[in-house]
Amino acid sequence: MNDVLDVALRLLALLLAFLVLPLLVGQTEHKVMAHMQGRLGPMYAGGFHGWAQLVADGVKFAQKEDVVPNGADRRIFQLAPAVALLPYLLVLVAIPVGPAEGAVGQVVDAGIFFVLAVMGVGVLGSLMAGWASANKFSLLGGLRTAAQLMAYELPMLLTAASVAMAAGTVSLPGILEAFEWWWVPWQIVGGVVFFTAGLAELQRPPFDAPIADSEIIFGAYTEYTGLRFALFLLAEYAGIVILCGLTTVLFLGGWHGPFADGLGWLWTLLKTAVLAFVVIWLRVSYPRLREDQLQRFAWTCLIPLSLAQIALTGVVKVVIS
Amino acid sequence: MSPALHLAATGHGFLSPTGVEIAFLLVGIATLGAAVLTVTTKQLVHAALWLVVALGGIAVEYLLLTAEFIAWVQVLIYVGSVVVLLLFGLMLTKAPIGPSPDADSGNRPAALAVAVAAAGLLVWVVVDAFRTTWIELDKGVQGSTAASGESLFRHWVLPFEALSVLLLAALVGAIVLSRKTAEPRDAQSGKEKR
Repeated sequence: MNDVLDVALRLLALLLAFLVLPLLVGQTEHKVMAHMQGRLGPMYAGGFHGWAQLVADGVKFAQKEDVVPNGADRRIFQLAPAVALLPYLLVLVAIPVGPAEGAVGQVVDAGIFFVLAVMGVGVLGSLMAGWASANKFSLLGGLRTAAQLMAYELPMLLTAASVAMAAGTVSLPGILEAFEWWWVPWQIVGGVVFFTAGLAELQRPPFDAPIADSEIIFGAYTEYTGLRFALFLLAEYAGIVILCGLTTVLFLGGWHGPFADGLGWLWTLLKTAVLAFVVIWLRVSYPRLREDQLQRFAWTCLIPLSLAQIALTGVVKVVIS
Repeated sequence: MSPALHLAATGHGFLSPTGVEIAFLLVGIATLGAAVLTVTTKQLVHAALWLVVALGGIAVEYLLLTAEFIAWVQVLIYVGSVVVLLLFGLMLTKAPIGPSPDADSGNRPAALAVAVAAAGLLVWVVVDAFRTTWIELDKGVQGSTAASGESLFRHWVLPFEALSVLLLAALVGAIVLSRKTAEPRDAQSGKEKR
């Protein structure tokens, strides 16, 4: 009975985090973007500084009619948002929040591989949406998504492998156990590459060519309305939470910090929040990269950098052992 | 072989299956069904998506055999990359929505013969190699990353390296092939300049 209760509590906590954190990031994005652009942002919904804006948005999305285009491949069109969203919920299970035994949803032996593998599945949702919409802008968006994923998956994997080499384990709690403060400068190049490649995989600005609204309307999501469109948006914000959490765990030491025994979870959340702020900041300050620039950046900049990081990790590892 | 796989066929009957065995069988049937649909469906993109189900089913089978690392690598490489490449190719050729009747090439009997021969060979090899080897599923994880890495880089280094050379050769071959079509155009533009 106790086991069942434990599992149920964990799942409930995960679900709550999955529903609340992306909304927090979304609301922060509204406000931070507004202030960076010298305006106020949403101010009315909920009274205090428009805190309920996203709740109101949710109600709006739920009321809208769910339209499936006539020429679309109905079943795949309807399935795509679920395929895009669910992997992020699964990934959340493996991210450790604090140093205690119970501070992770489920300890996965090959944690890094689990996380990266399942995150890669989410992109299938965008591809399905792009093809099944029977719309040339959607198809273009899907094509760009696929090209971008193939270019940026490799540097992400390589830099994650560098951390795994440094720690001598591929389990996420194991990596945090082995963490020392000087890993941050040692792995900093890998961290930047990982974070950048992750942004590209989430199609966040400045890597948002697949959904560039001034060129191809909204890419793969052009034909979506109502709740299904909201699910795609939720997947994007859940992706930000996951990416920032992962970068925190792999490169910034996760729960390590002063008073880690009691306040470890707070350190994780704080570091994740700072990274999420950087994600929003980049959206406001950088112009969109062109498609060929995107590809060149991945193959001639990020991949050599991540290979250099692996070489550095190997050399240091051999020297200190 | 690893000490975990010990011969203990006596005492394990096929008439009193455990829950894991039943799950393994059911997932296997679903995987086989998805695989058959992959090659019989008339819609190209549906074939690619059924392939996702089949490959994912195989990953679940690995998980049920406690080979966690192999399962995630299967998802990462096949579902995450190979199928994305396939879909990319299909989108480039503008695969239509709805059935594409011209996708049948008329080689169905030959393909079926090759498929049956390949399946027979694989089943024979696996059955002959393992016979009555039994994995104790209750004794914790036996296909962990550490165990897989140890057997791969201690006992199977030579095949591993041979495979990587083969992949490198394929990569170089692909580059050579793609450059061949580009050269005449370069030569032409060079002539025009002159």
